[in-house]
Amino acid sequence: MKCTEFLKELTNYLDGALDDRTKSDLEDHLAWCHNCYVVCDTTRKTIEIYRDSELYPLPEDLRGRLRSAIMTKCTQSKKSGPQNA
Amino acid sequence: MSAIQPNISEQPLSEELQLVRAAKQGDDKAFEELVRRYDRNVFRIAQHITQNREDAEDVVQDAFLKAYGNLAQFQEQSKFYTWLVRIAVNEALMKLRRRKPERTVSLDEEIKTEDDSVPREVADWSPNPEQMYNQAELRDILTRTIQGLPPGFRTVFVLRDVEGLSTEETAQALELSIPAVKSRLLRARLQLRERLSRYFQKRASGDGNL
Repeated sequence: MKCTEFLKELTNYLDGALDDRTKSDLEDHLAWCHNCYVVCDTTRKTIEIYRDSELYPLPEDLRGRLRSAIMTKCTQSKKSGPQNA
Repeated sequence: MSAIQPNISEQPLSEELQLVRAAKQGDDKAFEELVRRYDRNVFRIAQHITQNREDAEDVVQDAFLKAYGNLAQFQEQSKFYTWLVRIAVNEALMKLRRRKPERTVSLDEEIKTEDDSVPREVADWSPNPEQMYNQAELRDILTRTIQGLPPGFRTVFVLRDVEGLSTEETAQALELSIPAVKSRLLRARLQLRERLSRYFQKRASGDGNL
């Protein structure tokens, strides 16, 4: 397997969406190609860091205000009949 | 290496469907429960796309209001959440277009990158890159880095990798083909990796400061 072929399969590999044969070919490649190993490892870390970081938390007070505004508007829309949303 | 699993565990579909059906029958408490269940996700997605707090707040309200008004048209062929995300993404993109009218914002735009080849020099990262910075610095680095991605890549990455939608659900929510989602996801992941390497690569001094 060449580095370009490895790269093409990287997303499927990280997502566990490869058949056994391709997965095994890819892991053989990773065993000797340091560059691809690092790309694979750091891409996985990239995903994990973003997944674990709550970049845009919704503060509870804002959350409450938004929910109350949503429900008020929903009730009003029901009273005023169907809307062209 | 083991496969990365999405962080959102499968919601029992029947429970969600029960709420949706009750809401369809006019039970506002059931709809409010759906809001409670997904408001944080919708807010996060909206912030990632619009990159603006006020716009994100508007998107949360408009998306749920639109979902409420169109609930009868939800055919239950996908998860309610996927349907809601589709509405929210469209609302967020509309906000973005209004804010940046000089530039057409579309998920379909063909973005040329040079990510199809393996970088020649690949710098390895420190073993615990998150610990090289304090929380505020790390948050700033991650935010600036993802904001630098084109919207079409950013949105796919956020839905798939941050929100944990499957490839199929992401394709449904964005009205893209599965190969298009996979291609954008690969490019988004590689671009983020490349950009984060600047901050996280191993340093000879090992002090972790820039």
